[in-house]
Amino acid sequence: MVTVGRKPARRRMQVTRGYRVFQAVNAVVLTVVVIVTLYPFVNVVARSFSQESYIRAGQVNLVPRGFNLATYKLVMADDMFWANYRNTVFYTVVATAVAITLTTCYAYVLSKKHLRGRSALVGIAVFTMFFSGGLIPNYILITSLGLKNSVWAIALPNAISVFNLLVMKAFFESMPVELEEAAAVDGLDTYRILWRIVLPLSKAMIATMVLFYAVAFWNSWFSAFLYMDQSDLFPVTVYLRNLIAGATGAGSVGAADADLQTAANIQAVTIVLTVVPILLVYPFVQRYFVSGVMLGAVKG
Amino acid sequence: MSVPGTLDPPRSTPEVVRPAPAPAPPVRARRPTWRRALRRDWQLYSLALAPLLFFAVFRYLPMIGNVIAFRKFSPGGNPLGEYWVGLRYVEMFLNDPTFWNVFTNTLVLGVLTLVVCFPLPIVLALLFNELSSRRLKRFVQSVSYLPHFLSVVIIAAMVMQLLSVDGTVNQVVRAFGGEPVSFLQQPEWFRTIYVSSEAWQTVGWGTILYLAALTTIDSDLYEAARIDGAGRWRQTWHVTLPGIRPTMVTLLILNIGTFMAVGFEKILLLYNPLTYPTGDVISTYLFRMGVLSNSFSYAAAIGLFEAVIGLTLVLTANLIARRAVGTSLW
Repeated sequence: MVTVGRKPARRRMQVTRGYRVFQAVNAVVLTVVVIVTLYPFVNVVARSFSQESYIRAGQVNLVPRGFNLATYKLVMADDMFWANYRNTVFYTVVATAVAITLTTCYAYVLSKKHLRGRSALVGIAVFTMFFSGGLIPNYILITSLGLKNSVWAIALPNAISVFNLLVMKAFFESMPVELEEAAAVDGLDTYRILWRIVLPLSKAMIATMVLFYAVAFWNSWFSAFLYMDQSDLFPVTVYLRNLIAGATGAGSVGAADADLQTAANIQAVTIVLTVVPILLVYPFVQRYFVSGVMLGAVKG
Repeated sequence: MSVPGTLDPPRSTPEVVRPAPAPAPPVRARRPTWRRALRRDWQLYSLALAPLLFFAVFRYLPMIGNVIAFRKFSPGGNPLGEYWVGLRYVEMFLNDPTFWNVFTNTLVLGVLTLVVCFPLPIVLALLFNELSSRRLKRFVQSVSYLPHFLSVVIIAAMVMQLLSVDGTVNQVVRAFGGEPVSFLQQPEWFRTIYVSSEAWQTVGWGTILYLAALTTIDSDLYEAARIDGAGRWRQTWHVTLPGIRPTMVTLLILNIGTFMAVGFEKILLLYNPLTYPTGDVISTYLFRMGVLSNSFSYAAAIGLFEAVIGLTLVLTANLIARRAVGTSLW
């Protein structure tokens, strides 16, 4: 906070001509960054409301041409789209619940500096950041366990993200020990201390972690793509992937590759409908993400 | 992970905090024996059981599962293979020209991604930092973080929309009198497409850690530099960049660690047989070999090779960083 207060003073004292030029250039560069970042969104929205003929003619950029809602009605009338959307919600909820439980438990254990064997427990987790079994053994494992076509194929293999684990561990370590010591003196055991003292004080941290996991599971597609055979089990990301894989006509992999040329318009509508929930919550949750990453960076 | 010590709390706090726990009995000083530790902390250990089971089954068991790289595996049979075949599959991929092609592609894409996507967040963070309007700064930052939250499927879909024959990029091409290009069908464009979409998605988010590091630089250093006659540019060069160096090194090591696993999911979405010559990488190749063609042992051998190289790269980078600049991951 001290530095934040001092910096503007430094700025004001030293506005040379060269620096003013630089600031102008900087403003231009950052404006370009903003435009480049936002343009694909604007473009896809414009295409989603346009008539196919205008898109094919290459005339849709910033604003819709031949405005219509017909394609929205068409996509929204597709039962499979909504079934897949429900799957996404269901998988996200289950997987996030599992992940937050396991991560919280382990992070709490790892945060106890007096615990014997603690560094080994940390090492077990950290090593997996740099070395993993790889795709094929994982695939064989999930298949052998009979988890195919179930939510557990998505939830269990990704239940602990080591990065999130370290962020949470750092958070628990930063909590004052006196509270827990007092609770222990009052006769609470470890479970009750965690449940009644630590977790209520960690609501913001847990909310951040829930968001981290939920966004990751919401966006994930490959586990479902790999382990789900029936289209009514797909999440909406796989629905969209099958749509675009069909559209490129070069359908590289997978079972559901239709050879049809999916209308660009339908693609655009599906993209918009998939991305809208993220865009709606983004402004409200973004700062939690930033603070979570910062904590991880400082302490991890 | 990084900037150790630079983010110390205000100087006064430790003195305030320290006296309080001092009279506590020296529990921490003595290492208890295992038996005593278990008796006292069994509840803590019990909380670790489910997570440890997770690590054992879903992280370490697959590592052991890699033995099928050296064993004959038949789908539906023993998950750890039927009998030993030695280095047969290793020899097989070493003699496979396709393997060397995807190996080269992996290196090229990895290096290009590193060269483009590692420095850009640093530059962008410095530019953000020079914005004087707080509100504008927050707006630009918020916008630049946005792509990070999108599914890779959506990124791929947007790339396809923009690059299709009727898409915006081809309209620009046409406006300059060129012929429309079907970018996604041409191997010579694949690397550009991959790296630029990667930059689009990651650069904004990548600034966060640098911005955090920037706020920790002591402003007295700027003062001193200014008194010594350093201009803006020299201040950036001699104060700002050294100030964020630990963050840079840490992120560089981490980037090198994921170097071999170049954006597998995005490539799987964006490539097609026409762009295999430049787009096919080790992970996509072993995916096709293993999951689609059922050559599990062959694919596992390639995967193991990739993982070992990845681990070696991290360890080497970490070692070099520790020797050269005194910053490392552990």
